[in-house]
Amino acid sequence: MIELEGLTKRYGEKVAVNNLTFTVHPGTVTGFLGPNGAGKSTTMRMMLGLDNPTAGDVRIDGKHYAQLKDPLKYIGALLDAKAMHGGRSAFNHLLCLAQSNGIPRARVHEVLDTVGLTAVARKKAKGFSLGMGQRLGIAGALLGDPEILMFDEPVNGLDPEGIHWIRNLMKSLAAQGRTVFVSSHLMSEMALTAEHLVVIGQGRLLADTSMSDFIRQNSRSYVRLRSPQRERLLDVLHEAGITAVEAGNGTLEVDGAGSEQLGELAAQHQLVLHELSPQQASLEEAFMQLTAESVEYHAHADHQPPTTADPGSAPPPGGTPPGQGWGATWQQPGKGN
Amino acid sequence: MAATQVLRSEWTKIRSVASTVWTLGLAVVVTIALGMLISILSKNDYDNLSREDKITFDPTYISFAGMSLGQLAMIVFGVLVVSNEYNTGMIRTSLAAVPQRGTFLFSKVAVAALLAFVVGIATSFVAFFLGQAMLGEYKAHLGDPGVLRAVIGGGLYMTLIAMFSMGVAAMLRSPMLSLGILMPFFFLISSILGNVSATKKIGRFLPDQAGSKIMQVKSPFDDDTPYGPWGGLGIMVAWTALALLGGYVLLKKRDA
Repeated sequence: MIELEGLTKRYGEKVAVNNLTFTVHPGTVTGFLGPNGAGKSTTMRMMLGLDNPTAGDVRIDGKHYAQLKDPLKYIGALLDAKAMHGGRSAFNHLLCLAQSNGIPRARVHEVLDTVGLTAVARKKAKGFSLGMGQRLGIAGALLGDPEILMFDEPVNGLDPEGIHWIRNLMKSLAAQGRTVFVSSHLMSEMALTAEHLVVIGQGRLLADTSMSDFIRQNSRSYVRLRSPQRERLLDVLHEAGITAVEAGNGTLEVDGAGSEQLGELAAQHQLVLHELSPQQASLEEAFMQLTAESVEYHAHADHQPPTTADPGSAPPPGGTPPGQGWGATWQQPGKGN
Repeated sequence: MAATQVLRSEWTKIRSVASTVWTLGLAVVVTIALGMLISILSKNDYDNLSREDKITFDPTYISFAGMSLGQLAMIVFGVLVVSNEYNTGMIRTSLAAVPQRGTFLFSKVAVAALLAFVVGIATSFVAFFLGQAMLGEYKAHLGDPGVLRAVIGGGLYMTLIAMFSMGVAAMLRSPMLSLGILMPFFFLISSILGNVSATKKIGRFLPDQAGSKIMQVKSPFDDDTPYGPWGGLGIMVAWTALALLGGYVLLKKRDA
């Protein structure tokens, strides 16, 4: 179990990690998701005691990292596939790590076998491909047979076979009851491996939820309708027992009815439709929207272009882009004259 | 975390990279070969020396003349032992395995220093005997006063120069920056400061000038150095301790 409490890292003015509090539970794969530069690697380095937090605390099974006796037996981490001396052989790289934590030499052979590097164990690491380097890094993480495993972007740059191997490895490690904490900037990757999800953006916690909840909340499919006869359309839908939600800009969103059904219904009542479009929010979109919000001012960002259907209507309140609100133009009359 | 585990680990690290073999190998070969060459030249030139120079003729020190160049290879060894961790990114893997940074650094320095001492003392003895063989009739004997101290001192000098470099590299992290400062300093600046009369009094407190005093058996006539051979070595030890302390303090508080 890993517990973060108010973890904060500041580099001068820039806040890389901002008051993160969450817990990584055993027996599941927890995905640590965020766009590039969100602070994932910094957070992981602080978890391992490599970087000092500006504020807050990380505890591994209730202890600080530096208090762990033979830490590789508690937590194994793959931070960077190239975090090794290229001139050292794979075997010696693992051997020096094993010796520092009192792990027997035989275990080095075991993990080399697990990751499939036995044949190149005596080769220098600098001749390794990215995939082989990644496997060697993972071998190092597995060395102490730890209860907690941490992987930073493990599938980056891997071929499909390697990606498949890492996914299965993480799942089997979690199935053995271990804590697996894996970072990624790809939602689609997480959807395949993680059961729990921690999302950060700009160093702040955006979501801490189970994957199934995240999917339920975010992968909604609906039909978008737009009509100049909006009131009549609403009546017709109501009579047919279909609930429509107003979504601003004069559009309606309908859950639980197909576009065919809605189109036929409108035709029956001779209603003009300007739009009838099935919509599917993918997990990737949901993730992008979630993290984009950490950058932008507005909590709701609808990227639909401004409507031309109703030129007389006032601009929608949410449609003004940030920075061009009422205050931004106050100097313009003076400039113009 | 048992320190013996970390010492074993550091020994595995140091013996499993090629740079250890070629830097130490170069130190041995250069020190001995150049020492022999200068011993031959000194022997052939002996008759041309002034009376005073003949009295202060120091065959022991002459056989160590190769150290001025051999020490550069020792500096490279010391720098690479530490900065290899940084320029490869290995440091993060190492500190995740050994979060006690003091244990990590001093185990590394201890292992590397022990190796440097073994190589240094062997080099020193071989350089002495081969140098004396070249000097023929003017040679010194190991039993002569001060000679054994000078030969052992030669090994200590090489060890300390490597340790000083480790401390500097621990502070600077980058091998290029560390070598870019240490090499010209020990090869040029130190000897210039030590030979210009205006700066001589400061120059002789520099680590290499003070430390090399232990390899001298006979002092030059006008010698007014305020310390003896062991005093000089003590000054060098102080410099080394300071560099390592600086490296430790920075490693302790820096993000890896």
